[in-house]
Amino acid sequence: MAYSEKVIDHYNNPRNVGTLNKDSKFVGTGLVGAPECGDVMRLQIEVSEENVITDAKFKTFGCGSAIASSSLATEWLKGKTIDEALTIDNMDIVEELALPPVKIHCSVLAEDAIKSAINDYRVKNGLEAIVLEKSHH
Amino acid sequence: MKQPIYLDNNATTPLDPRVLEAMLPYFTEKFGNAASRNHAFGWVAEEGVDYAREQVAKLIGCTEKEVIFTSGATEADNLGIKGVFEMYKEKGNHIITAVTEHKAVLDTCKHLEKNGARVTYLGVKEDGLIDLAELEAAMTPETILVSIMYGNNEIGVIQPVKEISAIAHKFGALFMTDATQAVGKIPVDVNADGIDLMAFSAHKMYGPKGVGALYVRRKNPRVKVTSQMDGGGHERGMRSGTLNVPGIVGLGKACELCRLEMESETIRLSALRDKLESTLNKMEESYVNGNTQHRLPHVANISFKYVEGEGLMMAMSDLAVSSGSACTSASLEPSYVLKSLGLSDDLAHSSIRYGLGRFTTEEEIDQAIAVTEKAVNHLRELSPLWEMFKEGIDLSKIEWAEH
Repeated sequence: MAYSEKVIDHYNNPRNVGTLNKDSKFVGTGLVGAPECGDVMRLQIEVSEENVITDAKFKTFGCGSAIASSSLATEWLKGKTIDEALTIDNMDIVEELALPPVKIHCSVLAEDAIKSAINDYRVKNGLEAIVLEKSHH
Repeated sequence: MKQPIYLDNNATTPLDPRVLEAMLPYFTEKFGNAASRNHAFGWVAEEGVDYAREQVAKLIGCTEKEVIFTSGATEADNLGIKGVFEMYKEKGNHIITAVTEHKAVLDTCKHLEKNGARVTYLGVKEDGLIDLAELEAAMTPETILVSIMYGNNEIGVIQPVKEISAIAHKFGALFMTDATQAVGKIPVDVNADGIDLMAFSAHKMYGPKGVGALYVRRKNPRVKVTSQMDGGGHERGMRSGTLNVPGIVGLGKACELCRLEMESETIRLSALRDKLESTLNKMEESYVNGNTQHRLPHVANISFKYVEGEGLMMAMSDLAVSSGSACTSASLEPSYVLKSLGLSDDLAHSSIRYGLGRFTTEEEIDQAIAVTEKAVNHLRELSPLWEMFKEGIDLSKIEWAEH
């Protein structure tokens, strides 16, 4: 299968690889997927007092499309408010990376990772977790 | 574009130029139909086919009359299994095979189950070999056929064929083997091994695609298969259809070259394979899959834990290899062969198969080692699982959100 140029670019030069201090109350961590399924994404955000995402990092175990989806997600998250971040839809990722149908689950996973990181941050800071609507699997 | 290094010789092999040279005249001036008995064009084509039959027979230790040419190993597997089932129906309906067989065997057996066959699918031990005691226990008076592959396409393990055929014969059943990966690579002798039927293919041994053969024993016992294609009664009535003369000539030449060069090639390839495997196995958390004693000389299957196979192959675009990862298949299931060895799904997802061949050089192996090491290290830097492993977190204790 041929990959799109954007997938290859993110794969070869992944943005924002790394680890934030998961114990900090400004950091939200989302860990989604399962090793048995061949994809695990860990996405972390650092949030300022003004509810703006100042930093985002990821690490992903998975195929090129999974790595590219999470790399792209961190790029998009930086500078967004939490509310803006919640509007990121997996289909935006599919479109940007030109993912084929068989790889749509990678984008779903990235969206889940974003929401899961935001919820982790919210719960840490005494807010209620947002009920996640099941994205189109 | 620079061509990647080809290390996928279990999928297919390049055509040897000497084979091509032997084939070429049969496309043009020697174009006759081997079944045309009344003119020189037919005789010349038939001569080419007869000579190829001799070359094939010599490689596997049979007589020329026992070689039935087909379109490849898949057709030969179908003809052998379905043909025996139909021919020996009166005697029984039970077939024994193994879970690690190629789909050409498994799906043929599944098809026959719908037509009244009872099929036993033997499991394998963690080294990929079947348990002979389990085979013996599965034999019944209704067992007409035991079909176990010679060498496995994914991990290269060689089944104890002699012992298997002895058990089959003790219970009055025939023994068939899909020897697609073994013929031409290691010594295969149908008499010494007690083989009654054997499927194999030209394109796995530097011959052309689209041609293969089924060996069918003619003496002790005389084996018969019901034809699966009706027509002109070619190949002693077992496989109708105008013979693919250039392909058959190519198969013959490929067999001859394999026979002459097998000994030196085995030594050369196993040395290269061992170098590749032992170097890569020195990497942390890498695992060699399958039995390493009873194995084809040119295959290595290695899992690099905490990286995913398809992602890994993308980082190794300078290498043409294959992976047991789900993502490379349409089914999204990781390799059923690796899973049947008891490998966890995550290790099956992390596997790479290296298949060396006649045209593989030591320089290429050195490059393959360097490319693999770099790619595995790169992906582990990106892998949250690797980080957790390094922190001493037990991954099996984590509640993963399966999606």
